[in-house]
Amino acid sequence: MTIEELEQIAKSVQQENAKYDYELNVCMDLACASQGADKLKDALVKAVEASGKKVLVRRTGCMGPCSHGPLVRVDPEETTYSKAKAQHAEKIVAQLGGEPVAELQCDLNDHFDSQVRVVLENAGYIDPEKIDDYISRDGYKALLLVLTEMTPNGVVHRITESGLRGRGGGGYPTGLKWGTVAKSHGDLKYVVCNGDEGDPGAFMDRSVMEGDPHRVIEGMAIAAYAVGASKGFIYVRAEYPVAVSRLTTAIREARRRGLLGNNICNTPFNFDVEIRLGAGAFVCGEETALLASIEGRRGTPRPRPPYPAMSGLFGKPTLINNVETYANIAPIVRNGGKWFFNMGSERSKGTKVFALTGKIANTGLVEVPMGIKLREIIERIGGGVPQGHKFKAVQTGGPSGGCIPAEMLDVGVSYDALLKMGSIMGSGGMIVMDDTSCMVNVAKFFIEFCMTESCGKCIPCRAGTAQMYTLLTRICNGTGTMDDLELLEQLCCTVKEASLCGLGQTAPNPVLSTLKYFRNEYMEHIVNKRCGAGVCNMEQAVEVMA
Amino acid sequence: MSAFTPPPLPSDDKRWKIVNGTMRKNGFARHALIETLHTVQSSFGYLDDDAIRFVARSLRVPLSQAYGVVTFYHYFSLKPPGKHTVTVCAGTACYIKGADKLIATAEKKLGIAQGQTTKDGNVSLMVARCVGACSRAPVSLCDGEILGEMSSEQMIEQLERWTVE
Repeated sequence: MTIEELEQIAKSVQQENAKYDYELNVCMDLACASQGADKLKDALVKAVEASGKKVLVRRTGCMGPCSHGPLVRVDPEETTYSKAKAQHAEKIVAQLGGEPVAELQCDLNDHFDSQVRVVLENAGYIDPEKIDDYISRDGYKALLLVLTEMTPNGVVHRITESGLRGRGGGGYPTGLKWGTVAKSHGDLKYVVCNGDEGDPGAFMDRSVMEGDPHRVIEGMAIAAYAVGASKGFIYVRAEYPVAVSRLTTAIREARRRGLLGNNICNTPFNFDVEIRLGAGAFVCGEETALLASIEGRRGTPRPRPPYPAMSGLFGKPTLINNVETYANIAPIVRNGGKWFFNMGSERSKGTKVFALTGKIANTGLVEVPMGIKLREIIERIGGGVPQGHKFKAVQTGGPSGGCIPAEMLDVGVSYDALLKMGSIMGSGGMIVMDDTSCMVNVAKFFIEFCMTESCGKCIPCRAGTAQMYTLLTRICNGTGTMDDLELLEQLCCTVKEASLCGLGQTAPNPVLSTLKYFRNEYMEHIVNKRCGAGVCNMEQAVEVMA
Repeated sequence: MSAFTPPPLPSDDKRWKIVNGTMRKNGFARHALIETLHTVQSSFGYLDDDAIRFVARSLRVPLSQAYGVVTFYHYFSLKPPGKHTVTVCAGTACYIKGADKLIATAEKKLGIAQGQTTKDGNVSLMVARCVGACSRAPVSLCDGEILGEMSSEQMIEQLERWTVE
C-alpha cells in the first residue's frame, strides 16, 4: 500500500458515492439499534428499491443524541430525523428532494453547534465495517505519511507539541509517555490500547471502537512506529461484543490491505494487533492490572516503578494509552501539533468526548473543546433537566470522580479544574442528577461498587471500602451517628493516602465531594433521620427511636 | 526436556475441540488462560471443575491459579445459567434512573436473589456493571436483547412471558 494507492481507493469510493443522489445514514449504535434501527434500515432499503431513486442507505456508528434515536441523517441536505421507525421509511424516501418529513424533524442545532468533532469526526459518516469508507475520509493517510516522511522522533515531537494528555482520566502528557517508551531499551516493545471501559455510565470508548475502529488501529500503528514497537494488543471488555466483532473485522481488513503486517507501505516497519478480552473486572482499567490480565493472570495491580514504559507486558517496555487518546493521534499527525494545541484551555488541549446521561433531556455522546463551561454542556448541549425537576449535581469520573454542585457549573472543564473541585476528568462519563437523587445514597452506590471491585491486594482499599460501605449504609438507613460521620472522614483519608493503585486512591472521592458540597444531606440523615429526596428507607431508624 | 503432550479431551463432546482450538492457536501458552476460559464459557455456558482442570493442565498452569482467575473475574460463571437470562444493568446512569427498583421487582417476582437461577432452571437473574447503553437507562438485557427505559411493569411482563412458555 502506498499513498497513491490510498488516494486511488478514496477516489473510487467518492466516485461510487457520487452515483447516488442522496444518502440516508442510519445510526445503528446500541441505543438506536435497541429502538429498532435495524428494522428501519431494512425498510429504507426496501423503500428505495421500490421507488427507483438513487439512494445510498448506510449503516453508521453513533451520531450522538441517543435519546432522539433511531436517527437518520439525509445527505447532502443534512436533515436529521429523530425517532424514525420502520413505518416511516416509505415517507422518508418519498420526500427525498422535496420538503422534509415534518413529524420526524427535530431541532438539534443547539445540541450540535457548540460541539467540535475531532475524535467523532467520522461518526455518522462511515460504515464501521468498511475500511474503504474510512480511507475515503483521510483514513490511514496519517500512518503512511508518518512511515514515509517522518522519523520516530519527529512523531513523538509532534504529539508532544500538540499538548495531548491521556484521555483515560489521569491526564498524563501523551508525548512524554511516548518519549519514555521510545527511549527504553529493548528488542521487543508493545503497544497496548486500554479499551476496558469499566467506568459505569460511560460509553465513549465503546462508541469509538464500534463506530470508527480503524481510527484506533491507525493511532496504535503510529504509536508503534514512534516508540519502536511491532506488536499491539487491544484490551476490550467482554461486555462489548459488538466492539469486539467490529475491531476483529477492522484488523482483518487492515491486514488484507497491507496496513497491518510486515513491511507496511514498503518500509521496514512491521506491526500487528491482537484483541484480548477483559472478563469484567473494573480494576483492569489500571495499567499494571490490565497487563497482568493480558498475561492471563488475575488483574491485580503492582507497585510502580518500574513503570510499564520500562518494564510492562511480559517484562518488555510497553506503551499503554486509552482508546480516545489513540483516536486523537491521526488528526494530530494530519493537521499538525499546533492545530491541536490551539484548541482547548490553557493546560488541557483539544477536545473531550463525554457520555451525557442521567436526568437530562439530550442523552448521548458529545464532543466539546476543553475549557467549555459545564453549564454550557448541561443546559445548552444537553438541553437541561427535564420534567420540571431541579438540577442538583453532575457526576464526572465515575467511581473515581466526584459530584459537582450547581454553584460550580460555571467552571470550565479541564483536568486541573475538575481535580480542584474534588472530582476528576475520568474517562468521560457525565451523569446528571436532579432533586430526586439522594447524594448520600449516590456515595453509597459508588463505595459499594469500589468495595466489590477492589482486587483485595492491599488492605486500605479492601478493608477500607468495606468499612466505609458499612458506615454509609448506617447513615442511609437512619442509624448513623455523628461519630460515624467523623470516622467516615478519617477513613476517606486513610484509603486515599495508603492504597496501592488508582482504584483505592480515588475510591473516597465520591464521598469526599458529596461531604464537601452536600454535607447538609448527611446531617439531615443523621440528625433528623430524614432523606430529603425520599430515596433512603428510614424505617429502621423509626423503630430504634420508638 | 521432553516435548509437552497436552492431556486428552475430557469427552467426545465436540465443544472441547473448539476449546482446544483456542489453546492451539495460542501455542498452548500460559497467557492464553483467560482467552481459553472465554471459549469454554461461550461454548458450554459456564465453567465446571472438569473444564478448569482440563484447561489448567493443557496450559500447564497450576490449578490454583486457574481457579483464582475464574473466581477473580465477574464474567466467568461456575454455575450453569438458566434457560433464560435477564441481566439488569446497575451502572451509574441506570442506578440514578431506578435500576435498583427493577432488580427488586425481578427478585420478588422470581423469588431469588441476584446472581441466582430459579429452582426449575428457567430464569437466571444477573446484574451487570454497565453494558454501555447508558443513554437509554435503565437498561436490561433479556436473553441478550437490549431493552431500554424499562419499567417495573415491563419487567414483570417479560418474566411472565418466560414462565408461561
